[in-house]
Amino acid sequence: MQWETVIGLEVHVQLATKSKIFSGASTAFGAEPNSQACAVDLGLPGVLPVLNEQAVAMAVQFGLAVHAEIPDVSVFDRKNYFYPDLPKGYQTSQMYHPIVGPGEVEITLDDDTIQRVRIHHAHLEEDAGKSLHEDFHGMTGIDLNRAGTPLLEIVSEPDMRSAKEAAAYLKAIHSIVTYLGISDGNMAEGSMRCDVNVSVRPVGQEAFGTRAEIKNVNSFRFVERAIAFEVDRQIELIEDGGKVVQETRLFDPERDETRSMRTKEEANDYRYFPCPDLLPVVLDQAYVDHLREALPELPADKRERFQTELGLSAYDANVLSASRSMAEFFEEVKGVCGDAKQAANWVQGEFSGALNRENLSIEQSPINARQLGELISRVIDDTINGKAAKEVFQALWNHQGKNADEVIEAKGLKQVTDTGAIEAMINEVIADSPAQVAQYCDAEPEKRGKMIGYFVGQVMKASRGTANPQQVNKLLKEKLDAKL
Amino acid sequence: MVLEQTHVRRAAHLARLAISDDQASRFVDDLSQILDMVDQLQRVDTDGVAPLAHPLDATQRLRADEVTETNQRDAFQRCAPAVEDGLYLVPRVVE
Amino acid sequence: MHDKTLTQLAAALQNGELSSRELTAHYLQRIEKVGATLNSFISVTTEQALSQADAADEARANGKTSLLNGIPLALKDIFCTQGVKTSCGSKMLDNFVAPYNATVVEKLNEAGGITLGKTNMDEFAMGSSNENSHYGPVKNPWDLSAVPGGSSGGSAAAVAAGLTPAAFGTDTGGSIRQPASFCGITGLKPTYGRVSRFGIIAYASSLDQAGPMARTAEDCAHLLNVIAGHDARDSTSVARAVPDYAEALNAPLSGLKIGLPVEYFGDGLAPNVEKAVREAVKVYESLGASVRDVSLPHTHYAIPAYYVIAPAEASSNLSRYDGVRFGHRCENPEDLIDLYKRSRDEGFGDEVKRRILIGTHTLSEGFFDAYYKKAQQVRRLIRQDFLTAFEDVDVLMGPASPTPAFDLGAKKDPVSMYLQDIYTIAVNLAGIPGISVPAGFVGDRPVGLQILGTHFAEAQLLNVAHQFQQATDWHQKRPAFAEETA
Repeated sequence: MQWETVIGLEVHVQLATKSKIFSGASTAFGAEPNSQACAVDLGLPGVLPVLNEQAVAMAVQFGLAVHAEIPDVSVFDRKNYFYPDLPKGYQTSQMYHPIVGPGEVEITLDDDTIQRVRIHHAHLEEDAGKSLHEDFHGMTGIDLNRAGTPLLEIVSEPDMRSAKEAAAYLKAIHSIVTYLGISDGNMAEGSMRCDVNVSVRPVGQEAFGTRAEIKNVNSFRFVERAIAFEVDRQIELIEDGGKVVQETRLFDPERDETRSMRTKEEANDYRYFPCPDLLPVVLDQAYVDHLREALPELPADKRERFQTELGLSAYDANVLSASRSMAEFFEEVKGVCGDAKQAANWVQGEFSGALNRENLSIEQSPINARQLGELISRVIDDTINGKAAKEVFQALWNHQGKNADEVIEAKGLKQVTDTGAIEAMINEVIADSPAQVAQYCDAEPEKRGKMIGYFVGQVMKASRGTANPQQVNKLLKEKLDAKL
Repeated sequence: MVLEQTHVRRAAHLARLAISDDQASRFVDDLSQILDMVDQLQRVDTDGVAPLAHPLDATQRLRADEVTETNQRDAFQRCAPAVEDGLYLVPRVVE
Repeated sequence: MHDKTLTQLAAALQNGELSSRELTAHYLQRIEKVGATLNSFISVTTEQALSQADAADEARANGKTSLLNGIPLALKDIFCTQGVKTSCGSKMLDNFVAPYNATVVEKLNEAGGITLGKTNMDEFAMGSSNENSHYGPVKNPWDLSAVPGGSSGGSAAAVAAGLTPAAFGTDTGGSIRQPASFCGITGLKPTYGRVSRFGIIAYASSLDQAGPMARTAEDCAHLLNVIAGHDARDSTSVARAVPDYAEALNAPLSGLKIGLPVEYFGDGLAPNVEKAVREAVKVYESLGASVRDVSLPHTHYAIPAYYVIAPAEASSNLSRYDGVRFGHRCENPEDLIDLYKRSRDEGFGDEVKRRILIGTHTLSEGFFDAYYKKAQQVRRLIRQDFLTAFEDVDVLMGPASPTPAFDLGAKKDPVSMYLQDIYTIAVNLAGIPGISVPAGFVGDRPVGLQILGTHFAEAQLLNVAHQFQQATDWHQKRPAFAEETA
């Protein structure tokens, strides 16, 4: 039987606010345990929540970026359950009236085709603390620093049909939230985590199969692997006459498998009801409009513009728009050098290669966009040739000079385009290479093109790489052919 | 609506209250009386009436995103039953 | 000294007849002498009170003139007080020393008020008799065999017995007004949101409101002046200008339109209570007010709606008492679930458990719509009843409670206890302000007249109550107990 996979994602994005969603405690990562858990975060008696305006603004910005409806009124509800990392015995969340309504996201697949995934809604909620299971005399330690960090939970429709699509969707969400600057998107630190709902059904069947929810998958790669495993598991199960049970599963990256979180499955009953300590959040149109006007250009728009206005290929446009820092770097390089194609080649080639080699982010790059743009300009205006350009790049990367011109000057890499000077070098090489000249003259005409390489190399060597290779080629050919 | 002992046991479990059999039957009696009284609500025609969650029709105010809290861990943990290395201790949680 | 009103004591402090130290020492002595008999205090903060008094005397010498400067006060043990045990009447919090002050406490401290101690109360403010306290019942100073009312029973008894000039309580379904009525004092529940709830241990967040309890409406006006106002730490507190509540006290009442809700004078109202209330209404007529009957048709459904909404909120609010970060923790928990279940079983009393169970049940799957949603719809109808009535009248009057104080141990089953709050509970659902003022006796037990106003009509309520106290002397009566122990 042919099977179709159906996937929906719930992505939890930690919002990059300075303080928590309902308290004035810091959200900074990595502090001493419980040093950033204030009375509100700890759920001490008598304390009350007050909503962070930045968390609201960020949620609305996300909604606008995915073309979602922004309802006038949203309401916080309490989700009641006991767990040691949940200090109040309830999580303040939004069940019935979320801050962001239905929207949609464009995703780009490997073959550069574009698809749309619908967003069901996105809501604000508070994060929980962390349980540490190292040995405290057989006890578990609770750190509540993370408790109360604002989360935006983005719930997709079950629109994805493959692990690749799910990963592309996650990348698209990552790209949007980092473009907006509403999250650092750092998956290793847990700033973005996702729950994956997976089911399979026979191709052509309309009804969804029973789904399993894979909790807390925290990398793009793991999402693909977890889905791949889960799909195989479900198909095998059904084909062997079994049934998929609706359950929560965990992905184990080391064993590359998902497994059931065998809880004593007492069906949870969260008893959601409106939080009486918080009032309805009412957003007026002027506020939403103001946020809309302040939105930056988003990845989908940038990709589009890179293709239509700058003439980049779909591939280049996609790579360069994937992250805001990459796109901004590219645009600045292009602005300085004035040539989009050259800028694209350099940013994706030499520059990205160097970053990857040293495992650096764009922000950590030793060379800035202006320096790179100026370097490219010197190639375009023939001041240096391509080989010298790489040497200049390396010098700038190693902080050997403030800018391309300084390095070119210091290293004497300026391209020699003076015909007289090149001719002099050519004459010298020809005079020093009688044997090679003789061979050239004796060779079949079609083989001479290849043999000229030797003379070019000698001339470039004599010029210490600074001669203009096209000129050298042209003049050499003229002089050698004159000897036939 | 009739209240069964299973309802009380389920509520007690959700609310993490240990109750003995003896208590359970007592609570069934008490709670049944209370719910009988509450059931009078069913006599009110509430068609088209919006639920009222807050007595005033006020809306949420927002706080500026500023860090205003300082580290008061020592003061807060003075009233904690079990702490070590700044962590609250609970019996081992199995995940 | 302790038969004076707060306003009189403030004048004596102001003109130097008395120091705060003398005044504070006097009340501390009274508490020491008779406090145990009444059981009205859970904690007495003697040293802190005396040092606060010295500081107040010094501040006055340096020109501080705020009316409350140097005045001894008592706080229901539901207000968090930094460095002082805040138990909420529960074993669960018997070991809880609050690391911060409630906003009300901060404001009182700034004004120079002296905290004598923390008063007894029904556990987590759940009760109408003060018999649900982990620290034992409070006795009514008018008759030691009677309850003082609840849940702010300790505060009411302490004021009535002259152990403090004034006290603060909270009112979720009548917990200021009913004990004020049972103990023959004046108690005001302000509009929901008028006073910050920050640092007040929550029972039912959409209903809880703190207010003053004192001898007179005038005293209450001065106290409300200090505690009212918006608080950035409480999202539900209202950003609305606070008038000077003492300013309007003497406005004449001619032309005042009084409504008597017919539902507040029906079955279950003790005849002698009705008689006292109708006499009080006559006094108002003599002051130039007009009286008419009005109807609050959903009155009957207030208790049923309350016993869904309040327990639902409470069941969630009380989940934080889990033995992990503060409060009672059972010995040697076997595992996590055992830690939760036994800590909560041991830490909470029966009435608290009942309400947690009711709230958990009514919010749970399959019951939510029939109970919780329905109760909130009825809540809107109840509020509408009041708003409609206030289109025609300025204030509503009726009894604060259907009977005077009942005997300790008299109410055996929970529902008969709940029915005590028939006249007070709808007020919390609607969020409007209400005040109870002494209006006579049945035998030796006081009767309270309840006056209700529309949202934010506290100044008017205090004016209406004050004018009654200018024309009557019920508020000046003292229990024999206070005289005997003088």
